[in-house]
Amino acid sequence: MPPVIRFEGVQKKFGDHTVLSGLNFDVAPGERVTLIGPSGSGKTTILRLVMTLEELTDGYIWIDGKPLTHDRRDGKRIRLREKQVAATRKQIGMVFQHFNLFPNMSVIDNVTEAQVHVLGRGKEEARDRGLALLDQVGLKDRAEEHPSRLSGGQKQRVAIARALAMDPKILLLDEVTSALDPELVGDVLAVLRDVADTTDISMLIVTHEMQFARDVSHKVMMFDGGQIVEQGAPTDILANPTHERTRKFLDSIL
Amino acid sequence: MPAITFDQFWSWQAAADLLPELLTAFVKVTLLVTVVGTIVAVVLGLSLALITQVTPSVIARPVRWVMDVIRMTPLIVQLVFASFLVPVDWNLLWVGTVVIGVHYSTYMAESFIAGIGSVDRGQWEASRALSLPQARTWRAIVLPQAMRATLPSLGNWTISMFKDTPYLFAISVLEMVTVAQQAGNNTFRYNEAFTIAGLIFLVASLVTALAVRRLEKALVY
Repeated sequence: MPPVIRFEGVQKKFGDHTVLSGLNFDVAPGERVTLIGPSGSGKTTILRLVMTLEELTDGYIWIDGKPLTHDRRDGKRIRLREKQVAATRKQIGMVFQHFNLFPNMSVIDNVTEAQVHVLGRGKEEARDRGLALLDQVGLKDRAEEHPSRLSGGQKQRVAIARALAMDPKILLLDEVTSALDPELVGDVLAVLRDVADTTDISMLIVTHEMQFARDVSHKVMMFDGGQIVEQGAPTDILANPTHERTRKFLDSIL
Repeated sequence: MPAITFDQFWSWQAAADLLPELLTAFVKVTLLVTVVGTIVAVVLGLSLALITQVTPSVIARPVRWVMDVIRMTPLIVQLVFASFLVPVDWNLLWVGTVVIGVHYSTYMAESFIAGIGSVDRGQWEASRALSLPQARTWRAIVLPQAMRATLPSLGNWTISMFKDTPYLFAISVLEMVTVAQQAGNNTFRYNEAFTIAGLIFLVASLVTALAVRRLEKALVY
């Protein structure tokens, strides 16, 4: 089986500033990988590249062995058409640091909108699925309210339900607890642990919650300056880092 | 001793005689022009805003130039200009209404563009992460949020349009202020005529402002 995500020689520049260069890594099907490292090390950029929110400057990203935005044909790098990109992107979901719920829609409409207008599900079916997911994240009784009535933690749980409703093969979690009050973090992580336990969705996770990283991920990759410093099982990396840079980083956040 | 007495300044009888005539002119012209003009301005303004946002710059840029030209020339000049351009048998009330609507559409377009720009980038990103098509993103997510941000200034432009309707005198359309002027010429009761005309504008503007505020409240989520 091909890796569900493969980065091959990925480069990303913002103007003159190079965030990633020559980056290679694989994510196996069902694998949950946590990216750690200091801010500015390129972790969030990696997630945004997979979600096609940023355009890669050079290199390739392969999803299930197929090109995401750029293909190689006769040794040449070719930008795919937006239609082809969209077809691949449908398998990828993302949860954002700032939730990004649609404030003009009710909670249930947030969760059904793309089911109906992207997957073509019927209204009833989408609603049933949406309510089941809201139940799973503990917010079924808030389905008809607007997001502005919810706490940050509740908003984030709705955002998780919204992403899961699309039955993604890959889920990207971008610092999903960083904007939350400390006492609300636990509920969100509990929901994600549940998702990790009950599905085989591949995940790329950017987080500063090391306990969570240890519990749910199969692999941890330490980044610095757009490069992988070291990678391995979470128990190894987090408990016995071999690199000085990793040790310093872990000391700084614990 | 005051320069003039109240009775010299104001006659209730004259005011009462003038009121029906002015109200009729208000409803038949001023109100009609404002309502139809607002519809033209909102629909065209939103279309212009969308054109400048979604079309490539070969189209968007000339459209913006035209918008700038319209915004930077006086309405009264545009009215007179348009009245010369159209065939002589065209009803100038309608020509004037369209000109006013087009004129204000350029202002409203700027308000729409600002409202669209005020929608958080995260909304676009969430929409893209869900693979929602562009058209659906505009219709279901961006425009409803932009509309809420734009509504107060649309209300202000409508009130502004209200107050610009007297320019129609330049193309001989008998709107309320022109009627007041003529009534003054005939009766020498200028004070009453213009005071009533002013008060009608004031009341209409207040009602509009109130309606817009109601609408804003209804749009809160």
